[in-house]
Amino acid sequence: MGDLLAISRLDAFYGDFQALFDVSLRVGEGEVVAIVGSNGAGKSTLLKSIAGQIATRPDAIHFDGAPIGGARTHLLLRRGISLVPEGRRLFPSLSVEENLLIGGEHGRKGPWTLARVYDLFPVLKERRNQRSTSLSGGQQQMVAIGRALMSNPRLLLCDEISLGLAPIIVREIYERMPQIIGDGMSLVIVEQDIVQALAASRRVYCLQEGRVTLEGASATVSRESIAAAYFGV
Amino acid sequence: MDWLNSIVQGVLVGGLYAMFAAGLSLIFGVMRLVNIAHGDLVVLAAYLALVVTQALGIGPLASLLVIAPLMALIGYALQRWLLNRTLGDDLLPPLLVTFGLSVIVQNGLLEVFSPDSRKLQAGAIETATIPLSPDLSIGVLPLVQFVVAVAMIGGLQALFYRTSWGRAFRATSDDQSTVQLVGVDNRHVFGLAMGLSLAVVAVAGVFLAVRSNFDPSMGPARLIFGFEAVIIGGLGNLWGTLAGGVVLGVAQAIGAKIDPGWQLLAGHLAFLFVLAVRPEGFFPRVQA
Repeated sequence: MGDLLAISRLDAFYGDFQALFDVSLRVGEGEVVAIVGSNGAGKSTLLKSIAGQIATRPDAIHFDGAPIGGARTHLLLRRGISLVPEGRRLFPSLSVEENLLIGGEHGRKGPWTLARVYDLFPVLKERRNQRSTSLSGGQQQMVAIGRALMSNPRLLLCDEISLGLAPIIVREIYERMPQIIGDGMSLVIVEQDIVQALAASRRVYCLQEGRVTLEGASATVSRESIAAAYFGV
Repeated sequence: MDWLNSIVQGVLVGGLYAMFAAGLSLIFGVMRLVNIAHGDLVVLAAYLALVVTQALGIGPLASLLVIAPLMALIGYALQRWLLNRTLGDDLLPPLLVTFGLSVIVQNGLLEVFSPDSRKLQAGAIETATIPLSPDLSIGVLPLVQFVVAVAMIGGLQALFYRTSWGRAFRATSDDQSTVQLVGVDNRHVFGLAMGLSLAVVAVAGVFLAVRSNFDPSMGPARLIFGFEAVIIGGLGNLWGTLAGGVVLGVAQAIGAKIDPGWQLLAGHLAFLFVLAVRPEGFFPRVQA
């Protein structure tokens, strides 16, 4: 009860290839959930299914009580689901500020505005008229997160935001997480960096070969059980 | 002075070619769609203007108030219900479908309007001139046509770089999958782009119909002029497209001056020359 997102028995396919098997997962209002797993475990597929980028059975995914599986991505954004995609996927023809503005144009009304994103990541304000591709990887990731926040999501999905970034930048971004979720936003983070994922989350799911192999509270789950769930030993 | 006269006339005709090209460039830029029916839609707009001017008893330029919104609606509907279904990783389906559309439009016009050539009458403005010197005078109509072309290109440029519609167009052009993650419906944006393209086509069609005789078969040649202007100017650059139209117009005027039979050939040669020495065009889109 009180779950913002409830996934039950989700199967997902790329053509004939089945990437997710019978996945069930829930995210409470205001909760931070981490999803860990090795390459190809289905983490990104899971986020894409939630965000409507992969077709699924309608009743496999419920958001705020309504079945949303397979709904179109742009409509899900209007209901409050926003994905920070793997690899950032900024719009190269748009300036930094335009990337942020387009993020807010079709979303919900709420506390996140251009000024607040600039408060969160001051470096973006200095670079707001530059092309998004001229920024460093970490700054690009800040734009991607800011772009998603501009739509004032109820559920923010972050796909491998630490990928390819220096550890110090990763730490800097994760240090902002409390500010990001301060207004009661729910957050799902997909990470390969287990330490970071456990530190930032309340609960954790481990995926292996498209199946949930471990579920637990991030504070109490043991290294050994994660290793077992990760590698299937 | 004769030569100067030819060049000036060529520049002014270039405005018309830029109008053909701007709509073509716009939809290629936003959705990588090559619209083979573009020229026939220009001719369709000319015939619609013929019907509207006769039915309402208004002049060709005034008829644009009806024709431009009408063509925009046709464009949006065409994109949403037909062309969106052809878009994907494969470039062939949209080519085949727009080629089919070209055949349908041509034959539809033949059926309804017969192959007789027609012309729109704009009244005194057609023959009015502004004398610049004893040997050189500029026709008011070609001048209006050029000014409208420049204004239209400037307007499109402002739309693309200063409005939220423009942001959506550019972002969709960059990445039509990610743009849905920020709440933009790419299929709707494609519809808007085609609507805008056909509004431009409407203006081009009316100027074409006032300037010269037209008949149902002349679409494909307008398509070629449009293509050539786009390529000469550089894909994805609207001011480049205007320059491309002017280069094409001037080349044709110079060719016609040497020998009237060389008019079209000179335009094509200029195009081939640019393609050979500068295949990316004069003003290619700035790469990110």
